[in-house]
Amino acid sequence: MTIDPITLSVIQSGLQQVCDEMDLSFSRAAFSPVIAEANDRSDGIYSAVDGSLISQGAGGLPVFVGTMQYSTRTLIEMIRDGRVAAPEPGDIYIVNDPYLGGTHLMDVRFAMPFYRDGEIFCWLSNTGHWPDTGGAVPGGFSASATSVEQEGLRLPPVRLFKQGRMDNEIYSIICSNIRVAEQRIGDVKAQAAALLVGAERLGRILDRYGDDVVREAISELRQRAADQMRANVRLIPNGTYRSTAYVDSDGVVNEPLEIKLAITAKDGELTFDFAGSSAPCRGPMNSVLATTMSSVYLAMRHIFPDVPISAGAFEPLTVIRPEGTFLDAQYPRPVSGCAAEVSQRIAEAVFAALVEALPDRVTAAPAGSSGNFALGGYDPSHKRGFVMYQISGGGYGGNSDHDGLSNGCSTIGISKAPPVEIMEQQFPVLYHRYALREGSGGAGRHRGGFGLDYEIELLRGYATASFVMDHGRFGPQGALGGKDGKPNSVTVWQDGKAIVPEHLSKAQDIPLHPGDRVRVGTPGGGGYGKPEDRDPALVAEDVRLGRYTAEEARDLFGAAQSDMQKASA
Amino acid sequence: MNVSPSIASADEASKAPETSNVAGIDVGGTYTDLVLYDAQAKTVRLAKTPTTLDNQAFGVLKALEIAEADLSALDLIVHGTTTTTNAVLERTLCKTGLITTEGFRDILELGRRTRPHAYGMKGEFRPVIPRDLRLEVPERLYADGTVYKGLDEDAFRAALKELLDKGCEALVIHFLHSYANPAHELRAGEIAAEIWPNENITLGHSLLSESREFERGVTAAINASVQPLLRRYVERLADQLAEKGYRHDVLVMNGNGGMVSARRVAIEAAKTVMSGPASGVMAAAYTGRRANIPNLLTYDMGGTSTDVALIRNAEPAVSNEIEIEYAMPIHVPMVDVRTVGAGGGSIARITEAGLLQVGPESAGSTPGPICYGRGGEAPTISDANLLLGRMNPEKLNSVSSTVSLADIEAIFAEKLGKPLGVGAKEAAAAVLRIANTRMADAVRMVSVSLGEDPRDYALFAFGGAGPLHATAIARELGVPRVLVPSRPGITNALGCVVADLRHDFVNTVNKPLAELDIEVVHTLFDQQQAEGRGLIAKENVKIEELREIWSVDMQFIGQTHLLRVPLPGPRPTLDELQSLFEQAYFNRFHVELPEIKASLVNVNCSVIGRRSEIDLSLLIDPAGRKEKLEEALTGSRQVWFDGPVETPIYWRDHLPLSAEIHGPAIVEQMDTTIVIDPGDKAVQDADGNIIIELGVGA
Repeated sequence: MTIDPITLSVIQSGLQQVCDEMDLSFSRAAFSPVIAEANDRSDGIYSAVDGSLISQGAGGLPVFVGTMQYSTRTLIEMIRDGRVAAPEPGDIYIVNDPYLGGTHLMDVRFAMPFYRDGEIFCWLSNTGHWPDTGGAVPGGFSASATSVEQEGLRLPPVRLFKQGRMDNEIYSIICSNIRVAEQRIGDVKAQAAALLVGAERLGRILDRYGDDVVREAISELRQRAADQMRANVRLIPNGTYRSTAYVDSDGVVNEPLEIKLAITAKDGELTFDFAGSSAPCRGPMNSVLATTMSSVYLAMRHIFPDVPISAGAFEPLTVIRPEGTFLDAQYPRPVSGCAAEVSQRIAEAVFAALVEALPDRVTAAPAGSSGNFALGGYDPSHKRGFVMYQISGGGYGGNSDHDGLSNGCSTIGISKAPPVEIMEQQFPVLYHRYALREGSGGAGRHRGGFGLDYEIELLRGYATASFVMDHGRFGPQGALGGKDGKPNSVTVWQDGKAIVPEHLSKAQDIPLHPGDRVRVGTPGGGGYGKPEDRDPALVAEDVRLGRYTAEEARDLFGAAQSDMQKASA
Repeated sequence: MNVSPSIASADEASKAPETSNVAGIDVGGTYTDLVLYDAQAKTVRLAKTPTTLDNQAFGVLKALEIAEADLSALDLIVHGTTTTTNAVLERTLCKTGLITTEGFRDILELGRRTRPHAYGMKGEFRPVIPRDLRLEVPERLYADGTVYKGLDEDAFRAALKELLDKGCEALVIHFLHSYANPAHELRAGEIAAEIWPNENITLGHSLLSESREFERGVTAAINASVQPLLRRYVERLADQLAEKGYRHDVLVMNGNGGMVSARRVAIEAAKTVMSGPASGVMAAAYTGRRANIPNLLTYDMGGTSTDVALIRNAEPAVSNEIEIEYAMPIHVPMVDVRTVGAGGGSIARITEAGLLQVGPESAGSTPGPICYGRGGEAPTISDANLLLGRMNPEKLNSVSSTVSLADIEAIFAEKLGKPLGVGAKEAAAAVLRIANTRMADAVRMVSVSLGEDPRDYALFAFGGAGPLHATAIARELGVPRVLVPSRPGITNALGCVVADLRHDFVNTVNKPLAELDIEVVHTLFDQQQAEGRGLIAKENVKIEELREIWSVDMQFIGQTHLLRVPLPGPRPTLDELQSLFEQAYFNRFHVELPEIKASLVNVNCSVIGRRSEIDLSLLIDPAGRKEKLEEALTGSRQVWFDGPVETPIYWRDHLPLSAEIHGPAIVEQMDTTIVIDPGDKAVQDADGNIIIELGVGA
């Protein structure tokens, strides 16, 4: 049977729609702001045979591009081997084990078999970032954990829902091991309801076009996505492209971790080789294989955004398993930093390797950090403990068309940062500034965007400050002659004395008292092209707007001092 | 649940003059449309003239001239304008300065740390007010509104002077936490009033008294930077209309679907952004209510955009969180109109995967579709409609002399047919099929995101291209019927004629039900009602009925999304609030959460003054209608459904009021073309709407 291309397009958008509706349903009903506001979740449809990705919601957090196909595949294998109980209709599995095709513990997956005529036709699965899964620190981002047990509760695949009913015994075990458990029921129900929405919609598509036609369309679409990715990849001349990117440190041992990447392009196929990257680390900056692969896919999708996300699109991309490196972490290595930070360094390595081959599509390095700053403590006026998260953006890389965006979201996210006013309502802090970080954009023909400069004072009670950020040692890389953006900077004032964390961008539990302050400068984006090629009028404009001082303009862009003084006057 | 409005005597407004002779004028991106309604003479006159972009008033006067309106006899002119919309989208804003809290001048530029597209690391953002015109002064409040640092009045005066020296025409004063305590903003406003040479001063809390400094700041900044433009425009227009004999107030449409006096509209100028699309939706709600089809999804498809909105029980969904483009939020209540596509100009192409794709790229208005004859060479939805005979090919001759149907056919054959292995017409049919599927998906997402199943709604098709696609999209959605109003191409202008006077109020309470004193809610409702009625009384427009719509925004504790819960009246009990919320939550998410307590966030009231009823049947001249359906027939042509079908063509204005048409059929009229698929049945109702019941065929 061959399907005409028009029906194919219609089924493709139908499958996409199923996933988009799951995304929407999940976010709208979820309780946790991480899911409801920050959209830190994803939904998709996966093959019954090997878990490969059939379709994924367009609104899913980019870091989840392709990840659930690994957890679904592992689940299918474990069921086949009898290591996990076989499903019945109405069952939903829960799993968050990073080593079984996951990311970090906070990303909790649900997987539901979708039946037609008594057979599993495909799997529906979603991931939501839970605000807490237990472990040493609230929220799970322990900068100094040395094993996964310190990071939280690890769930193997178990059936949380059996034939449509929740297993309250399993749920009570989970609730006894996580913080603010009473609100999780809202997220659990939202996450399961999203899968049911997907099942209902998918059923209608199958009823309309017929199971065989849809099955055939899925396989044809996979083939075509592969062809489309190949056509795109052919834009890259055959050859090997190398790059290096650095993670500041693992949070425990203060030495940089190196990502060495060699991308070989050959006739529309790319091979990604991370050989020579650093060994597994003691702290939580390890990446599990599924996250490493997804980071590569995510970077490629930033470069070629038009290729629909499906297993076919990944076919021409071969990632050689980086055994023995920190990019293929094994139990019990701690991994909380993999989704938020290491993934972005991997993407950056892909950008840096390909920017010369694809100068019109790839940008210089973006700030590439989620900028996690957690403040936990006790607020005496509300008589309660609190945990506050400040995530922040940074400058994007300059590119062939224009300067980089300022205060852009992390490469792997699409979420908004919380407003200052909401933070001050909820937590005993006062922001003294929330401003453009002047001078931070990397110089170039098109300069990098600017980072963020904020300063927070603890008003009352006590608290400890923890940081999981990156790019503190080296700024985001410039490209094609552009300069690096300014590195991340963290300063803590205790009793009026300034302290810079030993690991620069990572620290845990720095004690604060009322009046103590934290100031963070997030990285600027890398510059694109030689700074001396920048239009002098644009340099003068940046000086006039106070983005660079006249001296910086002279030093970074070689601008004439007299022109700059005129501009700043 | 049903919202039963309270109906009050309209004493306050009964002394106002009669409004039987009304002109509704909508200035759109391309055309300025006029509906002139005379209740006494029982006539409607229409006019359409190109929009004059430099000064929209020329087009307005021209439209009145074409319709031969006697301005001295007009009781009311209601005007929808895109002055502010265009200024924002094209950034032709007035030079505006911002004075804000020390440490926070970059809020408008930093945004909420996002990017324009989920994938792709490129993209730019231009703040409403440039950095050198954003100044800071020492001043700071805590989140609870108490003072951390007093306002430095000398520094504030110096900042005012600096902005004036830099040539600013409008001013925004935007301080942190002003929603909790506006004292600093109010004091600064007093000082500014002494020094600033004009009225163009916007205080951050005045339009939107809610936390979230970026959204509130951008709303205020947009307001200030379009205020002088709108003020100048409406004043000049009012003068010109007065010169020609008009003796009353001009009213201007707001984005909430209500109208306000031109004398006051500029104070809250930001509310007029989106007024055009809002008035179209108001016309749809009005038409649907009269037709007894009160639940509608509106589908407005034009040459360059497609807009969708949802109307529940004759009330359009309203949102306080509209973003008119990337990182440009305007957080005031506005009719929730979502742009879901590029309209008839959407380009069809074959992707690298060999699949046919329609949109999101658009041919826009220049060069536009091939059929415009302006050099466009990319196949579009409009071209496909022509090629398939759905649109009258003779129309091509009137728009363009340089392109023939054969040219279009050749391009379709070459660019789409060849790679797909089909002929030009099959390719064009495929373009429509894909486009309709995508549009239906988009409509579905709008409906689902508002918690509604599209199958419970009827599709209200308007805009020049809406009725061409409506039946196909309805079929995709499982929507059982389509309503095509009499004049789909001038729906926005009709919205001006039927618009209500309307004022919306939101007050934040933010308390768990367990801690809530219900008296507080009752008092707020009373205040909102009194304020709204007071404002309507000032408008000097005769109204038939005053009513209120009450609702609350609620959530489960710990949740961030709000759910709007309509209330039957202004005196809810706590138990009612709890149960209405639980019911609304279950209807929306199919989730029950007895474990978790509810919290009340906002108390909302809309006060609406309804004007006298408009007889919509006059929109098509009753004298022109024929006795029998056959007499409305203008001929037949081959139209492509699943293949070529010889199809009868009717002229809308000649249809007998009781006409019943069985598809396949095409109904043509001045401003649109209606496609009735094989198996569908269309009837006209007393107002002259065509209601198409979808058959199972096609």
